Amino acid sequence: MELDIVGLSRLQFAMTALYHFLFVPLTLGLSVLLAIMETVYVMTGRPIWRQMTKFWGTLFGINFVLGVATGIVMEFQFGMNWSYYSHYVGDIFGAPLAIEGLMAFFLEATFVGLFFFGWDRMSKVGHLTATWAVALGSNLSALWILIANGWMQNPVGSTFNIQTMRMEVSNFFEVLFNPVAQAKFVHTVSAGYVTASIFVLGVSAWYALKGRHIDIAKRSMTVAASFGLAASLSVVVLGDESGYLANEHQKMKLAAMEGMWETDTAPAAFTLIGFPDQEARETHYAVKIPAVMGLIATRSLTEELPGIKDLVVKAEERIRSGMIAYDALVKIRAAGKAKAVDPAAQTAFEDNGANLGYALLLKRYTDNPAAATPEQIEKAAWDTVPQVAPLFWSFRIMVGLGFFFILLTGVFFVLSARRNLLARRWLLRVAVLAIPLPWLAAELGWFVAEFGRQPWIIEGVLPTAAAVSSLGAGTLLLTIVGFAAIYTVLIVIEMGLMLKAIRKGPEDDTDPQAELISPAIVPAE
Amino acid sequence: MILHQLIDYETLRLIWWVLLGVLLIGFAATDGFDLGVGALLPFVGKTDIERRVVINTVGPVWEGNQVWLILGGGAIFAAWPPLYAVSFSGFYLAMFAILAALILRPVGFKYRSKRDSAAWRGGWDWALFVGGFVPSLIFGVAVGNVLQGVPFRLDDDLRIFYDGTFFGLLNPYALLCGLLSVAMLVTHGAAWIVLKTEGRVAERARAYGQLASFASFLLFVLGGVCLYFFVNGYAITSAVDGAGPSNPLLKDAVMLPGAWFANYGAHPWLLIAPALGLGGAFLTFVCFGARKEGLTVLASKLSIFGIISTVGVSMFPFILPSSADPRASLTVFDASSSHMTLFIMLVVTLIFLPIVLAYTAWVYKVLWGKVRPESITRKGGHAY
Repeated sequence: MELDIVGLSRLQFAMTALYHFLFVPLTLGLSVLLAIMETVYVMTGRPIWRQMTKFWGTLFGINFVLGVATGIVMEFQFGMNWSYYSHYVGDIFGAPLAIEGLMAFFLEATFVGLFFFGWDRMSKVGHLTATWAVALGSNLSALWILIANGWMQNPVGSTFNIQTMRMEVSNFFEVLFNPVAQAKFVHTVSAGYVTASIFVLGVSAWYALKGRHIDIAKRSMTVAASFGLAASLSVVVLGDESGYLANEHQKMKLAAMEGMWETDTAPAAFTLIGFPDQEARETHYAVKIPAVMGLIATRSLTEELPGIKDLVVKAEERIRSGMIAYDALVKIRAAGKAKAVDPAAQTAFEDNGANLGYALLLKRYTDNPAAATPEQIEKAAWDTVPQVAPLFWSFRIMVGLGFFFILLTGVFFVLSARRNLLARRWLLRVAVLAIPLPWLAAELGWFVAEFGRQPWIIEGVLPTAAAVSSLGAGTLLLTIVGFAAIYTVLIVIEMGLMLKAIRKGPEDDTDPQAELISPAIVPAE
Repeated sequence: MILHQLIDYETLRLIWWVLLGVLLIGFAATDGFDLGVGALLPFVGKTDIERRVVINTVGPVWEGNQVWLILGGGAIFAAWPPLYAVSFSGFYLAMFAILAALILRPVGFKYRSKRDSAAWRGGWDWALFVGGFVPSLIFGVAVGNVLQGVPFRLDDDLRIFYDGTFFGLLNPYALLCGLLSVAMLVTHGAAWIVLKTEGRVAERARAYGQLASFASFLLFVLGGVCLYFFVNGYAITSAVDGAGPSNPLLKDAVMLPGAWFANYGAHPWLLIAPALGLGGAFLTFVCFGARKEGLTVLASKLSIFGIISTVGVSMFPFILPSSADPRASLTVFDASSSHMTLFIMLVVTLIFLPIVLAYTAWVYKVLWGKVRPESITRKGGHAY
């Protein structure tokens, strides 16, 4: 990746998004776990479940607040760094973001205050309602963000308007019920549930190893293992659905993830391991399992799965069609200024307009895509291939982790059913060590989805390189360094507080009207 | 889908212009509490417990309040994409400063009281101050620049080019607007602290509030006078098609002295907006003195409503004029989303905004009452 304006803009977005996504999965999952624990409290009336809700709630709060803080940055960065993108697709992309605020984030953020501050001010059921509202809000929030993101992967329900030089919505229901968005939503939310489950499981296992808070640890592990098992199964199933949909809508991404340079005879083999080589355009030392890939991606034994090289040939055809569209667009615009109509150009645009985005790939090489040379066309066609090796490896590590989570939560689920959770100390140690792994899997998943979409910011519609703001490199460097500095300090502080709260453990909370402690007045300065 | 034809495009644009104002006013009237409280924190709270009292006046509600900002960003993106694209990329470094300050704020609220160290807490107090003061100032500075026109151009592909610099934003008129914004939000924060606290904290807040509301009044008058004498307005010189395509380059516009006062000449009743701004600020000042706590908050909201409306009404139909190429200026009639998107977003807003307002009101009701030191230090309590 070159560090020009485009490269720097991508770097800043990737950095801030990956950082934001450190906090989101835990919020998604833990909010639901809190609601489950508090429901048990309200139903059984046993105070230990309230104590658990409050304890995991404290950790939830430390994490939640950084998700909120870094989410503000995400909301404004499209306009700041991707102004042409914002102009070009704001008519469609902006709506889910606004609806997210209105329908989901208000709900989550308004009731989270009551979750923390409302314990003594409301009835049991009233407080439980607030907790479920937080869980519902954060999960709905993910829905709308992924409807927006799903549209970037599979831009349905929209057409290009020459007069306004942008994409405009033509069928909102297609945007809403975009199959890619639905699959991504369930996959991402489940991944959040897994993250929270492994987190609760690991921290509880640590208490068990230390012989502290055994009652709370055992109950927490039971909830986390059962919820986590269901969630990790769902992640893998929905990941499979995503693979199937990727073949329908993003064949190049799928081929790159698989390091599949040539079209295989159906059903295609799955490359378990190998070394993709971008220069040589092949994958060395590939270890293949016959037929599996074809089954995953096409769910048939006869459908072919196109390889990268064949997809590049198709991209070249679309670029040529896009050049005709671009030429027509320029003519129509000129005619519009002269208040004349050019029917030939109109027809040419109607026939080729769907490939206009492919012509914009040529902007890297020429100011006038309509007059590009064959060499430039070939280069642009090969630009549609993302970097294969990072995708290939990220995807395999993520999937491997996914299966590990099923195993881990499955084992603890069985132990819990046998009421034998603390039997194997080494298993408890594995659970503690597994705590960071869901984060790794989630970040890799983000990487595969977004890096695999390159060179497009909107698949087939707008190249990433054309979407940036006209900023200076120095300005961008300044903000990259600024964000990096702030974010580094904050993560150190967050981890410190998280560890402190975990070490301190659940507070004794048998009587909420406990005696007043003397107000320890610390001088302000 | 033919449904969106129920409301014509021009009307939808006007409705969304009003809703843009509603969002900005909603943001200032709710999150304004938090911004003002943050900016006042080191001054009205002298001891640790006093500062915790001040923080806890907004502790349970700042998260919900802040969503007005997020929603504002989202709604501008959805309903006015060119405005979203031009303003945030043009004001790039100023936006970065706002974001950096706003990141500190939630973290400050949540983390400050998690350690028993004076240095730790003192550090977060200043972070909260920055998180309140800097955005208040920059939002005002941004409005001051919008009133003067912003140096951007559009090419035929509607790609945006910005000619200005960060320091160019800090011109005298913009700084005057920045100070007005700070005074207005500090007034609002002070009114809230007075309502939610007692004793010395409340008395200090009252004093700062009187000062700030007086300053709001003066700065608003001064801002109007300077706008009349020193700032050029803008006017459209071609025919306006209210239902035309959202392409700013299809019109002609010029910079014109006094143009920002033209709407008041044509429709004198619009003067009610600046009158509410001035009257509200004056009433707030009086109410602080008369110890009418609830009324002070309402008067302050009235003043915010008047001041923000004045900006919108003066500029109409412009929303972001361009000083580099007035033709490229964004107006209500050429910088919106498509007809269908505006309609869908209106339906969604009409369904969900009342629900949001209802549960927000309910949450404020649950949390009603003064914040007292005892409730903060109680064991098993949940205060910041």
